[in-house]
Amino acid sequence: MHDPTPFRPYTPGTQPPYDVPGYMGTAKRHPKQALHPLPHTITETLGPVFTAGRFPASIDLTLNTTGRPALGERIIVAGTITDEAGRPVPHTMVEIWQANATGRYDHPADQHDAPLDPNFHGDGRVFTDEHGRYRFITVRPGAYPWPNHRNAWRPNHIHFSYFGPAFATRLITQMYFPGDPLLALDPIFNGVADAHARDRLIAAFDLDITEPDYALGYRFDVVLRGRAATPMEE
Amino acid sequence: MPTATASQTIGPYWHILEDASWADLTRFGAAGERMTLTGAVLDGDGKPCADACVEIWQSDPPVSDSFPGFGRSNTDAKGEFRFLTVKPGPVPGRGNTQQAPHIAINVLSRGLMRGLVTRAYFAGEALNETDPLLMSVEDPARRATLVARPAGSAVWRLDIRLQGEGETVFLDV
Repeated sequence: MHDPTPFRPYTPGTQPPYDVPGYMGTAKRHPKQALHPLPHTITETLGPVFTAGRFPASIDLTLNTTGRPALGERIIVAGTITDEAGRPVPHTMVEIWQANATGRYDHPADQHDAPLDPNFHGDGRVFTDEHGRYRFITVRPGAYPWPNHRNAWRPNHIHFSYFGPAFATRLITQMYFPGDPLLALDPIFNGVADAHARDRLIAAFDLDITEPDYALGYRFDVVLRGRAATPMEE
Repeated sequence: MPTATASQTIGPYWHILEDASWADLTRFGAAGERMTLTGAVLDGDGKPCADACVEIWQSDPPVSDSFPGFGRSNTDAKGEFRFLTVKPGPVPGRGNTQQAPHIAINVLSRGLMRGLVTRAYFAGEALNETDPLLMSVEDPARRATLVARPAGSAVWRLDIRLQGEGETVFLDV
Protein backbone atom coordinates (compact mmCIF):
# COMPACT_ATOMS: atom_id res chain seq x y z
CA MET A 1 0.00 0.00 0.00
CA HIS A 2 1.27 3.50 -0.88
CA ASP A 3 1.81 5.89 1.98
CA PRO A 4 -0.49 8.91 1.85
CA THR A 5 1.10 12.11 0.51
CA PRO A 6 1.71 14.36 3.51
CA PHE A 7 0.86 18.04 3.71
CA ARG A 8 3.65 20.61 3.53
CA PRO A 9 5.10 21.77 6.83
CA TYR A 10 4.10 25.32 7.72
CA THR A 11 6.55 27.97 6.56
CA PRO A 12 8.43 29.35 9.60
CA GLY A 13 7.08 32.65 10.91
CA THR A 14 3.80 32.43 9.03
CA GLN A 15 1.91 30.78 11.88
CA PRO A 16 1.74 32.25 15.39
CA PRO A 17 3.57 30.58 18.27
CA TYR A 18 1.57 29.24 21.21
CA ASP A 19 3.34 31.56 23.65
CA VAL A 20 2.51 35.19 22.86
CA PRO A 21 3.60 37.27 25.87
CA GLY A 22 1.43 40.24 24.90
CA TYR A 23 -1.69 38.05 24.82
CA MET A 24 -2.34 37.21 28.46
CA GLY A 25 -4.60 34.28 27.69
CA THR A 26 -1.68 32.30 26.31
CA ALA A 27 0.31 32.42 29.60
CA LYS A 28 -1.28 29.35 31.22
CA ARG A 29 -2.47 27.63 28.06
CA HIS A 30 0.64 27.23 25.92
CA PRO A 31 2.53 23.93 26.12
CA LYS A 32 6.10 24.16 27.44
CA GLN A 33 7.23 21.01 25.64
CA ALA A 34 7.99 21.02 21.93
CA LEU A 35 5.36 19.53 19.66
CA HIS A 36 6.04 15.84 19.01
CA PRO A 37 6.69 14.99 15.35
CA LEU A 38 4.08 12.90 13.57
CA PRO A 39 4.60 11.86 9.95
CA HIS A 40 1.17 12.12 8.33
CA THR A 41 -0.94 8.98 8.24
CA ILE A 42 -4.45 8.60 6.90
CA THR A 43 -5.71 10.08 10.17
CA GLU A 44 -4.08 13.36 9.13
CA THR A 45 -4.57 13.18 5.35
CA LEU A 46 -8.25 12.26 5.37
CA GLY A 47 -10.93 14.49 6.83
CA PRO A 48 -14.60 15.09 7.37
CA VAL A 49 -16.94 15.80 4.47
CA PHE A 50 -19.63 18.42 4.99
CA THR A 51 -22.35 18.81 2.42
CA ALA A 52 -24.89 21.60 2.08
CA GLY A 53 -27.59 18.96 2.03
CA ARG A 54 -26.91 17.95 5.61
CA PHE A 55 -25.38 21.22 6.84
CA PRO A 56 -27.47 23.90 5.16
CA ALA A 57 -25.76 27.09 4.09
CA SER A 58 -26.78 30.37 5.71
CA ILE A 59 -25.23 33.13 3.64
CA ASP A 60 -27.03 36.27 4.84
CA LEU A 61 -26.21 37.03 8.46
CA THR A 62 -28.25 40.26 8.24
CA LEU A 63 -31.47 38.28 7.79
CA ASN A 64 -30.87 34.78 9.19
CA THR A 65 -31.86 35.44 12.81
CA THR A 66 -35.48 36.64 12.73
CA GLY A 67 -35.97 37.52 9.09
CA ARG A 68 -35.96 41.21 10.01
CA PRO A 69 -32.84 43.14 8.99
CA ALA A 70 -29.97 43.52 11.43
CA LEU A 71 -28.77 47.03 12.24
CA GLY A 72 -25.39 48.25 11.07
CA GLU A 73 -23.41 48.79 7.91
CA ARG A 74 -24.26 45.94 5.55
CA ILE A 75 -21.23 44.46 3.81
CA ILE A 76 -20.47 41.66 1.38
CA VAL A 77 -17.43 39.46 2.00
CA ALA A 78 -16.20 37.26 -0.84
CA GLY A 79 -13.03 35.54 -1.90
CA THR A 80 -11.35 32.41 -3.09
CA ILE A 81 -9.94 29.52 -1.11
CA THR A 82 -6.92 27.88 -2.69
CA ASP A 83 -4.19 25.52 -1.56
CA GLU A 84 -0.50 26.40 -1.44
CA ALA A 85 -0.12 25.37 -5.09
CA GLY A 86 -2.82 27.86 -6.10
CA ARG A 87 -5.43 25.21 -6.81
CA PRO A 88 -8.99 26.09 -5.76
CA VAL A 89 -10.46 24.23 -2.81
CA PRO A 90 -13.96 23.39 -4.06
CA HIS A 91 -17.09 22.55 -2.07
CA THR A 92 -15.53 23.12 1.33
CA MET A 93 -17.48 24.38 4.31
CA VAL A 94 -16.71 27.76 5.86
CA GLU A 95 -18.13 28.74 9.24
CA ILE A 96 -18.44 32.40 10.25
CA TRP A 97 -19.18 34.12 13.55
CA GLN A 98 -18.83 37.68 14.75
CA ALA A 99 -19.91 40.53 17.02
CA ASN A 100 -22.77 42.76 15.96
CA ALA A 101 -22.39 46.31 14.68
CA THR A 102 -22.06 47.70 18.22
CA GLY A 103 -19.20 45.36 19.10
CA ARG A 104 -21.28 42.94 21.19
CA TYR A 105 -21.48 39.18 20.77
CA ASP A 106 -24.83 37.47 21.23
CA HIS A 107 -23.15 35.29 23.88
CA PRO A 108 -23.72 35.09 27.65
CA ALA A 109 -20.02 35.57 28.40
CA ASP A 110 -19.92 38.92 26.60
CA GLN A 111 -20.85 41.58 29.15
CA HIS A 112 -19.65 44.60 27.18
CA ASP A 113 -22.04 47.50 27.73
CA ALA A 114 -23.14 47.78 24.11
CA PRO A 115 -26.60 46.89 22.84
CA LEU A 116 -27.52 43.50 21.48
CA ASP A 117 -29.44 43.44 18.22
CA PRO A 118 -32.39 41.03 18.46
CA ASN A 119 -32.13 40.55 14.71
CA PHE A 120 -28.46 39.56 14.66
CA HIS A 121 -27.08 36.37 16.17
CA GLY A 122 -23.88 36.53 14.13
CA ASP A 123 -23.40 33.05 12.70
CA GLY A 124 -23.19 31.94 9.09
CA ARG A 125 -22.14 28.97 6.98
CA VAL A 126 -21.14 28.93 3.33
CA PHE A 127 -19.61 26.47 0.90
CA THR A 128 -17.11 27.24 -1.83
CA ASP A 129 -18.19 26.58 -5.42
CA GLU A 130 -16.24 24.45 -7.89
CA HIS A 131 -13.75 27.32 -8.33
CA GLY A 132 -13.13 27.71 -4.60
CA ARG A 133 -15.17 30.92 -4.42
CA TYR A 134 -17.40 31.90 -1.51
CA ARG A 135 -19.55 34.92 -0.66
CA PHE A 136 -21.73 36.03 2.23
CA ILE A 137 -23.54 39.10 3.52
CA THR A 138 -23.24 40.51 7.02
CA VAL A 139 -22.88 43.74 8.96
CA ARG A 140 -19.52 45.27 9.73
CA PRO A 141 -18.70 44.15 13.28
CA GLY A 142 -17.87 46.82 15.86
CA ALA A 143 -14.65 47.08 17.86
CA TYR A 144 -14.93 46.09 21.51
CA PRO A 145 -12.88 46.28 24.71
CA TRP A 146 -11.28 43.19 26.23
CA PRO A 147 -9.50 42.70 29.54
CA ASN A 148 -6.03 41.86 28.17
CA HIS A 149 -4.42 45.13 29.30
CA ARG A 150 -5.50 48.63 30.17
CA ASN A 151 -7.67 50.18 27.45
CA ALA A 152 -7.33 47.13 25.22
CA TRP A 153 -9.67 47.01 22.20
CA ARG A 154 -9.99 44.30 19.60
CA PRO A 155 -9.90 45.59 16.04
CA ASN A 156 -13.01 44.96 13.95
CA HIS A 157 -12.89 41.33 12.92
CA ILE A 158 -14.87 38.36 11.65
CA HIS A 159 -14.05 34.82 12.84
CA PHE A 160 -13.67 32.05 10.24
CA SER A 161 -13.42 28.28 10.45
CA TYR A 162 -12.19 26.23 7.48
CA PHE A 163 -11.91 22.50 6.98
CA GLY A 164 -10.36 21.83 3.58
CA PRO A 165 -9.79 18.25 2.44
CA ALA A 166 -8.04 16.81 5.51
CA PHE A 167 -7.71 16.90 9.27
CA ALA A 168 -4.29 18.51 8.63
CA THR A 169 -5.85 21.43 6.71
CA ARG A 170 -8.12 22.62 9.54
CA LEU A 171 -7.78 26.37 10.04
CA ILE A 172 -9.36 28.89 12.40
CA THR A 173 -8.57 32.53 11.77
CA GLN A 174 -9.87 36.09 11.91
CA MET A 175 -10.41 38.58 9.08
CA TYR A 176 -9.59 42.21 9.75
CA PHE A 177 -10.49 45.44 7.94
CA PRO A 178 -8.13 47.75 6.06
CA GLY A 179 -7.00 50.94 7.74
CA ASP A 180 -7.99 49.91 11.27
CA PRO A 181 -5.81 51.86 13.75
CA LEU A 182 -6.29 49.12 16.36
CA LEU A 183 -4.37 46.55 14.30
CA ALA A 184 -1.00 47.96 15.32
CA LEU A 185 -1.97 47.58 18.99
CA ASP A 186 -3.54 44.11 18.87
CA PRO A 187 -1.44 41.27 20.34
CA ILE A 188 -3.50 38.56 18.61
CA PHE A 189 -3.02 40.03 15.13
CA ASN A 190 0.63 40.82 15.89
CA GLY A 191 1.17 37.29 17.22
CA VAL A 192 2.03 36.38 13.62
CA ALA A 193 5.70 37.29 13.21
CA ASP A 194 5.84 37.44 9.42
CA ALA A 195 4.52 40.84 8.30
CA HIS A 196 3.31 39.57 4.95
CA ALA A 197 1.48 36.64 6.52
CA ARG A 198 -0.07 39.05 9.03
CA ASP A 199 -1.21 41.51 6.38
CA ARG A 200 -2.93 38.73 4.47
CA LEU A 201 -5.41 38.59 7.38
CA ILE A 202 -6.63 42.06 6.35
CA ALA A 203 -9.43 42.04 3.79
CA ALA A 204 -9.25 44.40 0.80
CA PHE A 205 -12.01 46.81 -0.16
CA ASP A 206 -13.19 45.66 -3.59
CA LEU A 207 -15.41 47.70 -5.87
CA ASP A 208 -16.18 44.63 -7.96
CA ILE A 209 -17.68 42.89 -4.92
CA THR A 210 -19.47 46.11 -3.88
CA GLU A 211 -23.06 46.22 -5.11
CA PRO A 212 -24.61 49.56 -6.15
CA ASP A 213 -27.20 50.92 -3.71
CA TYR A 214 -26.75 47.83 -1.52
CA ALA A 215 -23.45 47.14 0.26
CA LEU A 216 -19.69 47.65 0.26
CA GLY A 217 -17.64 44.62 -0.72
CA TYR A 218 -14.49 43.17 0.82
CA ARG A 219 -12.24 40.49 -0.60
CA PHE A 220 -10.71 37.92 1.73
CA ASP A 221 -8.73 35.20 -0.02
CA VAL A 222 -7.51 32.28 2.04
CA VAL A 223 -4.82 29.67 1.45
CA LEU A 224 -5.08 26.25 3.07
CA ARG A 225 -2.15 23.89 3.38
CA GLY A 226 -1.20 22.01 0.25
CA ARG A 227 0.31 18.60 -0.25
CA ALA A 228 4.03 18.14 -0.31
CA ALA A 229 5.47 17.47 -3.75
CA THR A 230 3.94 14.28 -5.09
CA PRO A 231 6.52 11.49 -5.21
CA MET A 232 7.41 10.15 -8.67
CA GLU A 233 5.07 7.45 -9.84
CA GLU A 234 6.65 4.08 -9.43
CA MET B 1 3.99 29.96 -3.91
CA PRO B 2 1.63 31.39 -1.31
CA THR B 3 1.88 29.98 2.19
CA ALA B 4 -1.06 28.84 4.27
CA THR B 5 -3.08 31.63 5.88
CA ALA B 6 -2.11 32.34 9.49
CA SER B 7 -4.15 30.93 12.35
CA GLN B 8 -5.79 33.16 14.95
CA THR B 9 -7.41 32.14 18.22
CA ILE B 10 -10.95 30.78 18.21
CA GLY B 11 -11.62 33.13 21.16
CA PRO B 12 -14.24 32.75 23.90
CA TYR B 13 -17.34 33.36 21.76
CA TRP B 14 -17.17 30.48 19.28
CA HIS B 15 -20.33 28.97 20.84
CA ILE B 16 -22.29 31.35 18.58
CA LEU B 17 -21.90 28.72 15.88
CA GLU B 18 -22.23 25.70 18.17
CA ASP B 19 -24.66 22.91 17.36
CA ALA B 20 -24.59 20.69 20.45
CA SER B 21 -25.69 17.66 18.40
CA TRP B 22 -22.22 17.61 16.80
CA ALA B 23 -20.86 15.97 19.95
CA ASP B 24 -22.87 12.87 19.03
CA LEU B 25 -21.16 11.18 16.08
CA THR B 26 -23.78 8.43 16.17
CA ARG B 27 -26.70 10.77 15.45
CA PHE B 28 -26.98 9.69 11.83
CA GLY B 29 -27.37 6.05 12.85
CA ALA B 30 -23.83 4.72 12.67
CA ALA B 31 -23.38 1.02 13.13
CA GLY B 32 -20.68 -0.27 15.46
CA GLU B 33 -19.69 -0.36 19.08
CA ARG B 34 -20.87 2.82 20.78
CA MET B 35 -18.59 4.53 23.24
CA THR B 36 -18.21 7.81 25.10
CA LEU B 37 -15.00 9.82 25.08
CA THR B 38 -14.75 12.34 27.87
CA GLY B 39 -12.13 14.24 29.82
CA ALA B 40 -11.19 17.67 31.09
CA VAL B 41 -9.07 20.37 29.48
CA LEU B 42 -6.85 21.86 32.20
CA ASP B 43 -4.51 24.84 32.11
CA GLY B 44 -1.02 25.27 33.59
CA ASP B 45 -2.48 25.82 37.07
CA GLY B 46 -4.63 22.70 36.77
CA LYS B 47 -7.71 24.88 36.43
CA PRO B 48 -10.46 23.85 34.03
CA CYS B 49 -10.65 25.56 30.66
CA ALA B 50 -14.38 26.16 30.55
CA ASP B 51 -14.53 27.93 27.20
CA ALA B 52 -12.66 25.45 24.99
CA CYS B 53 -13.81 23.89 21.74
CA VAL B 54 -12.72 20.26 21.50
CA GLU B 55 -12.95 18.59 18.10
CA ILE B 56 -12.38 14.94 17.32
CA TRP B 57 -11.76 13.17 14.06
CA GLN B 58 -11.37 9.47 13.37
CA SER B 59 -10.37 7.82 10.12
CA ASP B 60 -12.13 4.63 11.19
CA PRO B 61 -14.90 3.69 10.70
CA PRO B 62 -14.72 5.44 7.30
CA VAL B 63 -16.85 8.53 6.78
CA SER B 64 -20.28 7.66 5.40
CA ASP B 65 -23.81 8.99 5.32
CA SER B 66 -24.33 7.41 8.73
CA PHE B 67 -20.99 8.37 10.31
CA PRO B 68 -19.46 11.89 10.03
CA GLY B 69 -16.13 10.93 11.62
CA PHE B 70 -15.95 14.45 13.07
CA GLY B 71 -17.35 15.85 16.29
CA ARG B 72 -17.23 19.05 18.31
CA SER B 73 -17.90 19.51 22.02
CA ASN B 74 -17.76 22.50 24.30
CA THR B 75 -16.19 22.21 27.74
CA ASP B 76 -18.28 22.79 30.85
CA ALA B 77 -17.44 24.52 34.15
CA LYS B 78 -15.19 21.56 35.03
CA GLY B 79 -13.46 21.87 31.66
CA GLU B 80 -15.07 18.62 30.52
CA PHE B 81 -15.90 17.62 26.99
CA ARG B 82 -18.03 14.60 26.08
CA PHE B 83 -18.51 12.76 22.79
CA LEU B 84 -20.64 9.81 21.84
CA THR B 85 -19.04 7.94 18.97
CA VAL B 86 -18.21 4.52 17.52
CA LYS B 87 -15.08 2.76 18.69
CA PRO B 88 -12.44 2.91 15.95
CA GLY B 89 -10.50 -0.09 14.74
CA PRO B 90 -6.85 -0.25 13.66
CA VAL B 91 -5.82 1.71 10.56
CA PRO B 92 -2.75 1.55 8.32
CA GLY B 93 0.35 3.48 9.34
CA ARG B 94 3.21 4.56 7.12
CA GLY B 95 5.53 1.97 5.66
CA ASN B 96 3.26 -1.05 6.03
CA THR B 97 2.85 -0.53 9.76
CA GLN B 98 -0.41 -0.73 11.59
CA GLN B 99 -1.70 1.95 13.94
CA ALA B 100 -3.56 1.06 17.10
CA PRO B 101 -7.15 2.31 17.32
CA HIS B 102 -7.15 6.04 18.06
CA ILE B 103 -9.16 9.22 17.84
CA ALA B 104 -7.50 12.49 16.81
CA ILE B 105 -8.25 15.50 19.02
CA ASN B 106 -7.92 19.21 18.22
CA VAL B 107 -8.18 21.60 21.17
CA LEU B 108 -9.11 25.18 20.34
CA SER B 109 -9.69 27.94 22.87
CA ARG B 110 -9.14 31.48 23.96
CA GLY B 111 -5.43 31.71 24.72
CA LEU B 112 -4.52 29.21 21.99
CA MET B 113 -3.32 30.98 18.87
CA ARG B 114 -3.53 27.67 17.00
CA GLY B 115 -5.22 24.38 17.68
CA LEU B 116 -3.37 21.81 19.77
CA VAL B 117 -3.56 18.34 18.27
CA THR B 118 -3.25 15.13 20.24
CA ARG B 119 -4.65 11.60 20.11
CA ALA B 120 -6.67 9.32 22.33
CA TYR B 121 -5.58 5.69 22.23
CA PHE B 122 -7.33 3.03 24.34
CA ALA B 123 -5.69 1.35 27.32
CA GLY B 124 -5.30 -2.40 26.97
CA GLU B 125 -5.19 -2.56 23.17
CA ALA B 126 -2.52 -5.05 22.12
CA LEU B 127 -1.59 -2.89 19.12
CA ASN B 128 -0.59 -0.05 21.44
CA GLU B 129 2.69 -1.91 21.99
CA THR B 130 3.65 -1.57 18.32
CA ASP B 131 1.92 1.68 17.37
CA PRO B 132 4.47 3.92 15.59
CA LEU B 133 3.44 7.13 17.37
CA LEU B 134 3.21 5.59 20.84
CA MET B 135 6.57 3.86 20.32
CA SER B 136 8.13 7.19 19.30
CA VAL B 137 7.31 8.78 22.67
CA GLU B 138 10.14 7.41 24.78
CA ASP B 139 9.08 8.59 28.24
CA PRO B 140 6.35 6.21 29.50
CA ALA B 141 4.75 8.96 31.59
CA ARG B 142 4.45 11.20 28.56
CA ARG B 143 3.24 8.33 26.39
CA ALA B 144 0.47 7.72 28.93
CA THR B 145 -0.95 11.18 28.21
CA LEU B 146 -2.09 9.77 24.85
CA VAL B 147 -3.95 6.79 26.30
CA ALA B 148 -7.57 7.00 27.46
CA ARG B 149 -8.58 4.90 30.47
CA PRO B 150 -11.86 3.09 31.09
CA ALA B 151 -14.24 5.17 33.23
CA GLY B 152 -17.39 3.11 33.28
CA SER B 153 -19.24 0.95 30.81
CA ALA B 154 -18.14 1.98 27.30
CA VAL B 155 -16.81 5.25 28.71
CA TRP B 156 -13.21 6.30 28.07
CA ARG B 157 -11.55 9.22 29.78
CA LEU B 158 -8.55 11.29 28.71
CA ASP B 159 -7.71 14.53 30.49
CA ILE B 160 -5.78 17.09 28.45
CA ARG B 161 -3.23 19.18 30.33
CA LEU B 162 -2.15 22.15 28.24
CA GLN B 163 0.91 23.04 30.30
CA GLY B 164 3.16 21.97 33.15
CA GLU B 165 3.08 18.80 35.21
CA GLY B 166 1.59 15.93 33.23
CA GLU B 167 1.52 18.07 30.09
CA THR B 168 -0.16 16.22 27.26
CA VAL B 169 1.95 15.22 24.27
CA PHE B 170 0.82 17.56 21.50
CA LEU B 171 1.57 16.64 17.93
CA ASP B 172 3.27 18.53 15.14
CA VAL B 173 0.87 17.85 12.32
